[in-house]
Formats: sequence, structure tokens, C-alpha cells
Amino acid sequence: MIQTDETRGLAVESQPPAGQQQPAAEQEPPAGQQQPSAEPAAPAQSDPPTRLTMPFGKALNAGMRAALAADDHVLLMGEDIGPLGGVYRITEGLQAEFGDKRVFDTPLAESGIVGTAIGLAMRGFRPVCEIQFDGFVFPAFDQITTQLARMRNRHEGGVTMPIVIRIPFGGSIGSIEHHSESPEAYFAHTPGLRVVAPATPNDAYWMIQDAIRSNDPVIFFEPKSRYFTKGEVDTTVPAAPLHTSRIAREGTDVTLVGYGAMVDTLLRAADLAAAEGTSAEVIDLRSISPLDFGPVLESVRKTGRLVVGQEAPGFVSVASEIAATVAERAFYSLEAPVLRVTAFDTPYPPSKLEHGFIPDADRILEAVDRSLAY
Amino acid sequence: MSATIDSPGSTPTVQLVTPDGRWQPSDSAEEYLPYVESLGEHDLKRFYRDMVVMRQFDTEAANLQRQGQLALWVPSHGQEAAQVGSAYAARPQDHIFPSYREHAVGMIRGLDMVDILRMLRGVTLGGWVPEENGNFHLYTLVLASQTLHATGYAMGMQLDGSSGTGNPETDAAVLVYFGDGASSQGDTSESLVFAASYQTPQVFFLQNNHWAISVPVARQSRTPLYLRGSGFGVPGTRVDGNDVLASYAVTAKWLDDARAGHGPALIEALTYRVGAHTTADDPTKYRTDDELASWVQRDPIVRFVAHLRTLGVEQEFLDAVDQEAADIADDARRRVLQLGPPSVGRMFENVYAEPHPLVEEQQEWLARYEESFGEQA
Ligand SMILES: Cc1ncc(C[n+]2csc(CCOP(=O)(O)OP(=O)(O)O)c2C)c(N)n1
Ligand SMILES: [Mg+2]
Repeated sequence: MIQTDETRGLAVESQPPAGQQQPAAEQEPPAGQQQPSAEPAAPAQSDPPTRLTMPFGKALNAGMRAALAADDHVLLMGEDIGPLGGVYRITEGLQAEFGDKRVFDTPLAESGIVGTAIGLAMRGFRPVCEIQFDGFVFPAFDQITTQLARMRNRHEGGVTMPIVIRIPFGGSIGSIEHHSESPEAYFAHTPGLRVVAPATPNDAYWMIQDAIRSNDPVIFFEPKSRYFTKGEVDTTVPAAPLHTSRIAREGTDVTLVGYGAMVDTLLRAADLAAAEGTSAEVIDLRSISPLDFGPVLESVRKTGRLVVGQEAPGFVSVASEIAATVAERAFYSLEAPVLRVTAFDTPYPPSKLEHGFIPDADRILEAVDRSLAY
Repeated sequence: MSATIDSPGSTPTVQLVTPDGRWQPSDSAEEYLPYVESLGEHDLKRFYRDMVVMRQFDTEAANLQRQGQLALWVPSHGQEAAQVGSAYAARPQDHIFPSYREHAVGMIRGLDMVDILRMLRGVTLGGWVPEENGNFHLYTLVLASQTLHATGYAMGMQLDGSSGTGNPETDAAVLVYFGDGASSQGDTSESLVFAASYQTPQVFFLQNNHWAISVPVARQSRTPLYLRGSGFGVPGTRVDGNDVLASYAVTAKWLDDARAGHGPALIEALTYRVGAHTTADDPTKYRTDDELASWVQRDPIVRFVAHLRTLGVEQEFLDAVDQEAADIADDARRRVLQLGPPSVGRMFENVYAEPHPLVEEQQEWLARYEESFGEQA
């Protein structure tokens, strides 16, 4: 149930970015220690060139390679991530480079993957779990919500859970059921979890390293429809901190906010709006929990109008949270109600219907028009 | 890492026909022989025909995917004997809970194969009504979920008196399919626990095709998978899944026992996924040509043709089957190309059984929104 035709092409140019080719840490990590390694990132070394154009998926691969090289307690685990390199080839070459004790295929059981990652973390490791597709995280939901999210709290700080759970999410890939969903709200609703979603290759490269260095569990959503989209990655200058949002495009008339693949849709909508004389500011949230409201509020104070886009259904969602918070904190700046443009509150439809289900630039613009009409 | 290839020749595996087509039941086959004795020439020809039709259909569907007509195809090449044999062991009143690769089982239960293609084309999430299609339930893509549904369904048969009454013509059972990879899911273990606890009328049919995408069965289990049930109190049998007669006989026996009220059983059918996991997969990345070749030598159709020849089946019959298979594949292709897109309103249907204001509001909104484009045009 994979969409990997393109990945084969991708595999050809799997050069690691300059300065990242460190020898695999051969020795086994010492057992029994509970010391999360919180040193600063193994910053990519300084040999030029440091700005490389690479696809999003390759940037993630490079980021994980750097993390594996920087800290030999980092482990990658999941289904088909070893010799195959993942169904999307995001971990391609990493088992060959770091060995099958650092990068390994698990038995086929998501509850098992996350549950054992918790034990590994208690033993001092930093597991990075790959969930093959968004729709397959749910066998692990119990371990994530009842165990992982609250383990530190229950231990009154005596334990840390530096676990990253990578989940390819979102649709528009013409796939079959359970391969296109956006389940982020469940996780954002769970205290104890951090939830992020990069939108660009540069953020993919840096945010995965930051997530792995975090001493809290991070649910790391990867916009799978963007795995093959290329962008510039600067391997020397770290991106903005993990839990900050980013102005992706400046504007003055209306603020558009989103994360993951939606950011591209918002940028397209902003282009179209510009052609009609409307200046839209686009904010890439990057982090869903915690959510960096500062730039959003600042932008709304400037534009007076906010449209939130998301691929997930709207009811009790991230967009709902943003709308409520902005209404609370920037009420007098608003010229119009905050508008949410989301998928419908129905199951993700068969792929022939997904284009009518996920908001596209036209639907964003429809909301922009409504907002401007107030 | 390489797969452990368990030889079907090793002792406990039930085999009736050797890979070169000779009738030579293994010792462990003894108790299953009565089930094949009742088969006539017509049945054997039917087994053969269905395997060939499925093989041809598989090729056609993969072509359709390559030509952009399907989102995905899930090949069953190599697993025809396990599927055809087990499917014929089920009676009309039985219910079948497939995973997602059991196309031949669906075909034998009367499902129009284009219904499977509709799902893999992205036109529908389901595709058929089980009760109108030989009680062949929908495919389930979240691995192992269906094992629990099957057990619950079997509990229901017990509760409403449809099983274990002593009347073999009406007593029903459930047959549930899953893979070697899915055997690791918690749901599989839980379904075995429930099945044993309630002594459900049910057969677990595990197709061990040696791979879960790129992960060999050795990663899932250190012991042969047919032993997995015994710790739960569910007896297990290993069958040569590339031997259609053995697959039939073993499944027939355990389904008979289940219908008669003797409780659940687990069958591990040893077979091999000759094709890719799906059309999106590249198996050369993780398995060797030698391994593949060794299984191609044990091809279930080649074996059964050889066996039929020993029984004197004529070439005309074999040729006619090839022609029929080609016709069926052509017909499926023609009908897939005619499938139109589903209407957008479909996504709001059947989300709930009772009216739901939010869904209604969104459906109305979308209709107005689409109309607004019509007006502009
Ligand atoms: C819960 C869940 N996790 C992961 C997947 C992705 N996936 C689809 S098929 C597959 C391998 C299944 O192997 P097996 O059970 O042996 O069945 P086979 O495909 O070999 O018939 C995987 C990992 C899934 N569908 N469901
Ligand atoms: Mg398998």
C-alpha cells in the first residue's frame, strides 16, 4: 500500500549533504543509563557547499543521518525501514551506514513499536519510531496516550521520554483507505505530547534533529504529498527553534495560517489573491503543540482577518483551537470572524473524491472573499 | 537478512500432491484423506480453472494499475492454491473475513471481480454487500482488525443458534484470512484468546507467504506459525499452501469441526508471494532471485496441471481454460474503463445511520459552492 514509484528515482541521488558523512557509531550504547543526551545539535560541519537543493524526503533522511551520527543512543525502529529504507525510502541507506542495531525492522505491530520504544527510552535510548502511514498509528494509540504522554508526569520527573514518532500524514496522493489521513488533533489534544509538522525541506532537515534532541515525546507529522518536493536546505544555519511558527509570505490584508502540505496551498491562494489585488500574509505554524501564537496574533493585529486552512476535518480540530484563541486574544483587532477552511466531517473519501474533500486554493480564496466582505 | 524458507516437505506439513504433481500424501495427511475422496473430476477441474483465471486476472489488474486505471493492485500470484482450496472448503452458509489479497476467495464466493477493482481504483471504500456476495466480507486494510470481527461474528452464530446444532447442512462457521505479518498484531492474539475462550465456530487461515512487505517471516516468529495457536488453546495445522487439494482438505476438516461445535482452529498455509507486495513495491530491494526461483519451481498451478495430466485430463480442457481466463480478464478491463467517477455527494452518505446536522450543513454548503462555479462559467 505504498506510493513509491517516484522514490526509486529519488534513491539515485542519495548523496548525504556535505559534512554529514560521519562514520557509523559502531559500539553499543552503554546500558542502564538514564541520561538523555541534550548536547546541542551535532551541527552540520562547515565544509562548503552548505546550501543544497534536495527533496523533502531526502532532507529528512539527511537530518536523521546527522542525528544518528551525533548521538549513538539514537535508534530508528519501524516496519520496512531497514533494507528497504521505508516504503517512502525516508530511511534509505541508514541501516547500511549505522548497522542493524541502530536502525531496525520491527515485528509488524504498532503497539509493540511504541511500547518497546518506551522501555528503550527508560533504558537511556532515544528511539525514533516510523509509523508506516497515518491510518496505522491507531494500534499504538493506547501506548501513546495512556503511557508515553504521561510517563514523565507519573514518575514525578524521574524519567524522560525522548521518543519521536514519525507519521507520514495527509492526502492528495491518490491512495487507498487509511493512507491519507490527518489525525494530528488526537495527539495535540493529549497533554504530554509535542506535535510538529514541517512544511519545507529545510525545516524537515532541522526539525527532525530538534525533535530527536527533545527530551519530550514528539509526534512528528510528515506531509507525504511533499516528500518529493525540492527546496533549499542550509546545513550550517539551524532553522528557527522547533516550536516556533514562521512567516512564509508577508502581506497586509488577510492572514492565512496552516501547517504541513496546507502551507503550499495557502501560498498558492496568496498568489491568486495577489493577482486580484489582495495581499495575504501566510504563516507556516510548524508546531501544532505547543502552538506559537505570537506571530499569528501579531499578523492578525496587522491584517484584522484570519483564515485557517487544514486537511483534517474541522470539528474539534487544530483550526478550532486557533480560532478560539485568536478570538480571545485579538478580539478587538478582528474585522471579521476567524474562518476555518477544513476537510469535511466525514471519513476520508475514496481517492477519486479527495480533491473535493481537502481544501484547495479556491476554497481558501472563497473564505478570503467572505472575510473581506465583512 | 533473509527469509527462512520452511520446506513443505518437512514432517508436520500436510501435503497430498508433490511439487512435480504426484499423488503422495504425507504421513500427516492421513486424517484429511476422506475429504478429497469425495471430490470428483468436475471439482478438480474447477479448482484448476479458478487458479488459472485468477492468475490471468492478476496480470490484467497489474496492467490496469500501470496504465493509471487503478490506484494500486495487490498481486496474489503464487497464492492461488491456498486461496482456491480453502475457499472451496467453505459452505454457502459460512462467512468469510478476508484481509486484502484474497481475490480468488471472493471470486469463488460469487463476487464480481470488478467490485475489487472499484475499491482499488479509488471509487469506493468498500465495494460490495457481503450478504449478496457469498458472505464474503469487505477487505480490511488495517492489519489483523478483521480477526476480531470474525471472532465476534462467530460468537454471534453461536448465540443465535446457527452453529453446532448437529445439522451439517445448516450449521455455519467463519473463515478468517490473515498474513504472517499480521500474526504479530495484538488483535490477532486477542482474537485467538476470545475464540478459544468462547470456543467459537471459526477457522483462522494464515497464509504464510514468507514476507510482510520487506520483512521476512523470521522477524515475526521464531517458531512455525501453526504453533502460535496452541498456547491459546487453538489447535494448529500446517499445510502446503501450494497444494490446492491439501489446502482444500485441511480447511474442510477444520471447518466441519467448527460447524459441529468443536471450537476454533488455526491453519498455516505455507506459500509464497511471487509478485510484489503491491504494484508500488520493488521486491528486488529485499529478496534474492534464488529464493524467488526456488518458489517459482513450486508453483501451485504448474503442480496441479502435472497432477491433472496424471489423471488423464486432456489438452483441450486446459486450452479452453486459458481462453476463458483471457476472456474474463478482457471483460474486467472493459468494465473498469467504463467506471465513471463517484458523485461528490457520496462522501456525505452513510456517515451516520441517523440524520446529523453538521454533515447535512456541510453537504449543502458544498453543493452551493459547486453551483457558484457553474454560475461563473
Ligand atoms: C496496522 C497496519 N500497519 C501497517 C500496515 C501497512 N502494511 C500493509 S500490508 C503490510 C504487510 C503485511 O504482511 P502480511 O500480514 O504478511 O500480509 P501479506 O501482505 O504478505 O499478504 C504492511 C506492513 C497496515 N496495513 N496496517
Ligand atoms: Mg505475508
